[in-house]
Amino acid sequence: MSSLPAKSSGLWRQVISRPQGALALGLLAFLYLCALFAPFLAPYGPSDQDLQRTYHPPTALTWTREGLSVRLYKNSDPTQALYQPIPGKTAVVRWLPLGHPYRLFGLFPCRRHLFGVESKQKIYLLGSDSTGRDVFSRLLYGAQVSLSIGLIGISISLGVGLIAGGLAGYFGGWFDSLVMRTTELLMAIPGLYLLLALRGAFASQFSSGEVYLLIVIILSFLGWSGAARVIRGLALSLRAQTFVDAAIVTGLSPWRILWRHLLPNLASYLLVASALSIPGYILGEAALSFLGIGIQEPAASWGLMLAQAQEMKVFMCNFWWLLTPGAAVFLTVAAFNLLGDTLRDVIDPHFRTGNR
Amino acid sequence: MLLEVANLVVRYPLPGGLFFRSRRFVEPVKGVSFRIRAGRTVGLVGESGSGKTTIGKAVVRLIAPHSGEIRYRQERIDGLSGARLHPYRKRVQMIFQDPHNSLNPRLSIARILGEPLEIHFPALRAQERRSRAADLLRRVGLPSDSLDRFPHEFSGGQRQRIGIARALAVEPELIVCDEPVSALDVSIQAQIVNLLQDLQQELGLAYLFISHDLAVVEHMSDEVLVLNEGRIVEAAPPEELYRNPKNEYTRKLLAAVPSL
Repeated sequence: MSSLPAKSSGLWRQVISRPQGALALGLLAFLYLCALFAPFLAPYGPSDQDLQRTYHPPTALTWTREGLSVRLYKNSDPTQALYQPIPGKTAVVRWLPLGHPYRLFGLFPCRRHLFGVESKQKIYLLGSDSTGRDVFSRLLYGAQVSLSIGLIGISISLGVGLIAGGLAGYFGGWFDSLVMRTTELLMAIPGLYLLLALRGAFASQFSSGEVYLLIVIILSFLGWSGAARVIRGLALSLRAQTFVDAAIVTGLSPWRILWRHLLPNLASYLLVASALSIPGYILGEAALSFLGIGIQEPAASWGLMLAQAQEMKVFMCNFWWLLTPGAAVFLTVAAFNLLGDTLRDVIDPHFRTGNR
Repeated sequence: MLLEVANLVVRYPLPGGLFFRSRRFVEPVKGVSFRIRAGRTVGLVGESGSGKTTIGKAVVRLIAPHSGEIRYRQERIDGLSGARLHPYRKRVQMIFQDPHNSLNPRLSIARILGEPLEIHFPALRAQERRSRAADLLRRVGLPSDSLDRFPHEFSGGQRQRIGIARALAVEPELIVCDEPVSALDVSIQAQIVNLLQDLQQELGLAYLFISHDLAVVEHMSDEVLVLNEGRIVEAAPPEELYRNPKNEYTRKLLAAVPSL
């Protein structure tokens, strides 16, 4: 059986002591902080349009006598979105200016942003899209959707998997058969088609909040079966351990045995499994939104932003900045996989690679 | 009479049926009868696979007997389950063979010992449970500062002492000892056997002492049952059994003991 260090602080210390663990945790902390403070960090709202500045390239930053400034651009050919910097003309970057109102953490009304420029000009750190919306701002707002969907989805599907698999493994009998046949049924259908079928079974007109909820539910519905099977196997093997017999002889109720004796011993698996399967949810949301049945305009999500980057014009004119959500997805998924691998190395010495 | 077992039969179904439970089964215990008096020790010897452990598990009701009777102080307990078994759980405890698997690696010693107290003495406050757990550790010869440590910090012999302390926590009358020393090395074996004897004298415990080690059983028991293929082939006080074995199988078993 894999063993967890006695205290969880020890576990995290071990993860951080490895370079790849520290890298993954640092990157994820950075990404989640960005998502959490998105309205503050973003200079503009997710749907603030500027039709005079569509497909604007990232604005260059320079240093002038007034301090850090952005270059100003002239649209020399609106049909091709050809922008050229105007020599010598810049706008100074203002720190903590007042901008459009928002609520920090959805609670505190606030108007301050981290940075911005005077309202006639625009700062596009990562360019603008087809309606002149700031890609950098949308990337931050999109992170709120894309990063949270993984956490919520994994909690639901692991929760269901834990209950179903744990009870199936512990009690066996007809409940075991029922759960296992159900998971086999779900796993027999290719994931993407099931995803599409489930999404198709619901009406297409939803508010973005409802769609978000629906995606989480669909993804969890697909995700619980794998977890349930593994957890059942673990519960079966734990059930055979003598300390469970000892607990029965002591007179503990089955629920208490499950809660106090099986669950803590499953914790290591649950931790690794969640780190390794969160990318699936992020990619699932991205895939649904990319196909146009996920998060809807004007809300932002990384998959939706990538879907908008499909236009021929983007490729013909090389608007590479519209593909940055892809880089963000890649970074997040890589960080979660790295964290999962590190956690598994720390928890289960059998898989340990290298000389540590 | 503390415990009476009559014609105990234990069956396990064999897997095989795809939709229905299969009709085939194995029968590790084929009609066993014995009695244990309060404060006495009954030894159960036999080779591997003879059904010793299964009998022990049936007595503590880890497995349900297929047929036969188990009476505890005249009361039948073989058909009880769930909450109705609860009073019996307070009277009869078990010590397990493998000290490494019988303690939950994720729980501290205080929680391992506190759990039976929580269940059977619900009136105790947390602080009282802790001091009782410390008493139990002292009683089995472990320092009471071990409470906040975890099982992996202890040696095999020490873990077995913790297992004994857990069994003692509910103040039982009968303890089923399922090969309690066979996983330990010889010097530790003697310590654990002596500890069990001291506890018996002090607390008036009865033991069902299961072992394949004839010397240990002889040392411990007031009566020895020899088990072969799920049946008791001979039952006698140890002196008599060892001096004058009547059964062919008993003779073979005694002859198989390596002499140094």
